[in-house]
Amino acid sequence: MLACLLIVFREVLEAGIVVGIVMAATQGLARRGLFIGGGIAAGVLGAGILALFTGAITQALQGFGQEIFNAAILGGRRVMQSWHNLWMASHGRELATQLRSAGNAVLNGEKSLWALAVVITVAVLREGSEIVLFLYGIAASSQADPLSMLAGGVLGIAAGAALSWLMYRGLVAISLKRLFSITGWMIALLAAGMAGRAAAILAGIDLIPAWGYQLWDTSWLVSDASLTGRALTALVGYTDRPLGVQLVAWSVTLALLVLGNRLLHSRPTQSR
Amino acid sequence: MPTLARLALLLLAFPVVAQADQLVTLVIQNHTFSPSSFEVPAGERFRIQLTSHDESVDEFESYDMKFEKIIVPGNTVTVFAGPLHPGTYTFFDDYHPDQAKGTVTAVEVKE
Repeated sequence: MLACLLIVFREVLEAGIVVGIVMAATQGLARRGLFIGGGIAAGVLGAGILALFTGAITQALQGFGQEIFNAAILGGRRVMQSWHNLWMASHGRELATQLRSAGNAVLNGEKSLWALAVVITVAVLREGSEIVLFLYGIAASSQADPLSMLAGGVLGIAAGAALSWLMYRGLVAISLKRLFSITGWMIALLAAGMAGRAAAILAGIDLIPAWGYQLWDTSWLVSDASLTGRALTALVGYTDRPLGVQLVAWSVTLALLVLGNRLLHSRPTQSR
Repeated sequence: MPTLARLALLLLAFPVVAQADQLVTLVIQNHTFSPSSFEVPAGERFRIQLTSHDESVDEFESYDMKFEKIIVPGNTVTVFAGPLHPGTYTFFDDYHPDQAKGTVTAVEVKE
């Protein structure tokens, strides 16, 4: 039961980190609950459907359908996040000043909320389909007390959600002025991490060149297998043994986002 | 710009040319890998082909070799791994991590 709890907890936490950051970043935006809730619901629904068709997806595209699918999901998420990040850079300041009376920012805000809803959907989709398959496997197998294992799974979901919520509260406790710059960085790092992981997945099936394997090995410090490692992977794209192309994708994405932010910030905001 | 495109194509084409990897065949049954340990030459890329005779879904995964792939009963999947430094690397079924475990040992090729 404990092993079961840990497995589910891990996956929920990974999706929860993304949801928490997005929620913190959208503080005060009207109707954000609708978009975030909708994103989660769509992700859960999609995860269920995805789990049903895993066999077909796996065998598709010469047996590497699953990897290509995952990489596409990560890539799509990165695009949406980058879009939000740049939008936040140009509108974050005015948003912070007129936070409660959302006023004319709402129309623009809605566009960004759509992008973020997609980000949440794919986060839940990816981790959720693993949970669904895992729990399904338990329910289907006749061996070793499926009920207690199922209980572990449910507890894992609760614990993962609770920790994600705590992280969200922690983020929200930061003063509003700094919140947007902090969440901006976090989303930029999330996006960079996803770009890196997508590149690593594609290089892992020899679809793109790896540009070097195991550039370094820090598994003695933080292993990918540890919970810290998993959380760091979800947050900033950490891996203990990176590929060359992974590092390049990570750096380029981060650099582009930081550069884009600078450009938008240096341009004076239009007066109203 | 055309030069850049050609360069990109060349880079993309490269792995296709360099594909003569060793293939290791594994089977998972009753949440146990067989063979559960094997050797590969260090410094070379190789593929692991896994066939599932389990009754439930498994996830073939390795933190050490960076692959994770879901495998449904009766299916066969292939993952790429390496090149590895000499040493021992673990793999497992993420859905039954206590039961289904295995190791790959990378051995230095003597000249």
